[in-house]
Amino acid sequence: MTITRSALARRVPRTIGVLLALFTAAFAVILMTVSPASAAPSADGDPYRVSGNVQLDGEPLEGVRLTIDGPGGLQEVVTDANGQWKVGVPEKNETYVVTLDEETLPAGIAVVDPEDDTPNVKEAEVGQGGRVTVNFFIGEGERHVTSFFDQFVQRSVTGISFGLMLALAAVGLTLVYGTTAIANFAHAEMVTFGPIVVGAVAAAATAAMPIEAALAVAIVIAIVLSAGLGLFLDVVIWRPLRRRRVGVVQLMIVSIGLSLTMRYLFQFFIGGGTTQLPFAAMEKIPLFGVVQMSWIDIASIVISIVVIVAFALWLSYSRVGKATRAISDNSPLAAASGIDVDAVVRVVWVLAGAMAGLAGILYAYYRPGLKWDMGTQVLLLMFAAVTLGGLGTAFGALIGSIIVGLLVELSTLWIPADLKFAGALFILIVILLFRPQGILGRRERIG
Amino acid sequence: MDWLNILSNSASSIISPATMAYALAALGLAVHFGYAGLLNMGVAGFMALGAYGYAISILTFGFPWWLAMLVGLVASAGFAFVLGIPTLRLRGDYLAIVTIAAAEVVRLLFLTTAFDPVTGSADGLSGYHGSFRDANPLPDGNYGFGPWVYSSDQWWVRIVGVIALALAVVLVWRLMASPWGRVLKGIREDEDAVRALGKNVFSYKMQALVLGGVIAGAGGIVYALPSAVNSGVYVTSLTFFVYTALLLGGAATVFGPLIGSLIFWVLQTLLSNLLPAMVQAGILPFMSQIQAGTLRFILVGVALMLLVVFRPQGIFGNKKELTFVR
Repeated sequence: MTITRSALARRVPRTIGVLLALFTAAFAVILMTVSPASAAPSADGDPYRVSGNVQLDGEPLEGVRLTIDGPGGLQEVVTDANGQWKVGVPEKNETYVVTLDEETLPAGIAVVDPEDDTPNVKEAEVGQGGRVTVNFFIGEGERHVTSFFDQFVQRSVTGISFGLMLALAAVGLTLVYGTTAIANFAHAEMVTFGPIVVGAVAAAATAAMPIEAALAVAIVIAIVLSAGLGLFLDVVIWRPLRRRRVGVVQLMIVSIGLSLTMRYLFQFFIGGGTTQLPFAAMEKIPLFGVVQMSWIDIASIVISIVVIVAFALWLSYSRVGKATRAISDNSPLAAASGIDVDAVVRVVWVLAGAMAGLAGILYAYYRPGLKWDMGTQVLLLMFAAVTLGGLGTAFGALIGSIIVGLLVELSTLWIPADLKFAGALFILIVILLFRPQGILGRRERIG
Repeated sequence: MDWLNILSNSASSIISPATMAYALAALGLAVHFGYAGLLNMGVAGFMALGAYGYAISILTFGFPWWLAMLVGLVASAGFAFVLGIPTLRLRGDYLAIVTIAAAEVVRLLFLTTAFDPVTGSADGLSGYHGSFRDANPLPDGNYGFGPWVYSSDQWWVRIVGVIALALAVVLVWRLMASPWGRVLKGIREDEDAVRALGKNVFSYKMQALVLGGVIAGAGGIVYALPSAVNSGVYVTSLTFFVYTALLLGGAATVFGPLIGSLIFWVLQTLLSNLLPAMVQAGILPFMSQIQAGTLRFILVGVALMLLVVFRPQGIFGNKKELTFVR
């Protein structure tokens, strides 16, 4: 059986054109025509359940869409033929927000509750039992819908915020790649390291000072330690490997081994669950239109922008920044013109560590929650951003990150929320087909 | 500590379907990475397509088991083909990024609730064994000796696994000794030199990618044969574990992937039994049994790092035959 298969494989390239068209079409169709058709049992095999029953005067309503938001991320579910729905959620003793999409109700029907301004949105607490039921009062009445434009604006703001956070991490990844040619998979763990330190220090410091001060102290300590982690890894692992002249592919696999080691070390110490940092569940304040944000969200955007601008100025105008770009461009030439490559690379690792740690802290508030493998969840998006912008170019990574952030959030307007990362990665693959060097990359680097 | 139980479990993993699945996947990866120098980081995706292709064909379309296996293999071949077109003309790291991303896309497509009736989303698929077990020629009952006592259904899975593995080994062994294999190794060493000899490098790489992909897909099917398919298995870590098994044995060898997978799984089973037992017996202080369970994955990471730096050719490999030249 396998033998005939390989014989077939040898003839295959002759029909490349036809098959390429077929497969891309099939792939696109799969992603585009997603039509949820039944109640979903759970996501990720999570242990706890949020469930409910959508009925109109005792008659079940099929195909009504609900979104459930909370620890573990946004989930989407559609009622089955009996009007029932359920989703799995990762945490108990947590509050989940269940939103019923009134667009999917039959005409003239809405969620009604005279005492509630937004009756189609409900909060449900998953208690000790790990199960909670959420039901809506459904009858004839006026709908509370968010228009497509409003949704678009809302998701765009979230997307930019996510993109900026991604950029903080991706810039370090791309600089490390540019200066040392390491495709660093362990960057994900440098992202996870920041919030873990914040969680530990904040928990310890709240005994001695008010919680706001404890959080501030914890964040500063976390960023310093993240920078230290970058330095430590360079001194202990990467510089000795450079000295040995270990090959690029080997370096990449070493980084994979390091990533596994660090990830499971984190799990070893903090366990497999999700924990919340202080102020993770802050009240959202309306800003403009339908856009709502908590103070943490606003602070996150401001911090990202300030750090990225400062970094861009540093890279463009400072001596070390210029040296970094020179090494990215042509390392032997930079060394020959008197740049101390080892010293610059050390600075790059320190910066990459600090920015990854900061990005991780912001990500812990964005998700929300701190988990041992949270960095790995966005590692591929970081790689996507870096490739999209052009491997090894810092400003490319910035643009790439914002595009990926927007793609991830905006794609949920058309595709199910649990496919939003898949959509972004699929678009990465498609873009590589047409512009493999990325947006700011140069042609000669891809050969 | 119950030494007898610990050792018996470890010995049992020598012929477990998981070991054979890893061996097949690692062999496919050896064709990609070891012989052709293609940095495929999407092994998990190939395995997922094999496994889901098999399970979905039976559950949704009612195919017989052999046709379902064929569907799984064709799905992996198609995946390899689609991935190869945009990336094989580009530098190696692009193939790595695209394959790892594509494997994740595949996993997310199987995980999403949108296709739940077909894929079972997070619950995965099970109960597709009827046709496969009906074809079992062994009479009912338990067979074997020592740690290797299995029911006739369990033996049937292992027999099919061994046959698939043997076919794949012979195929790869003969192909790599053929002129085709020599061209492939030439591409790994110096692509431009081979191109200068008038060979169509893209076509050779594509054939290697499809062949290795089909073998990895067969690994996915064998992985799915005994019990169930779940998207939580086909994560990026699976790819990394297969890499560890491959590099342990030797990337550019035929028997390296087999021995590597064997050592990987025996050690994994041994540690997963031994470490918690040691905590229980008070030999490993300062940690809980759950932490002791995590310890073995930390060791996998450390082993992978040490291996690739200090013995990149693996146990059986030849230092002159290395993908790591660039």
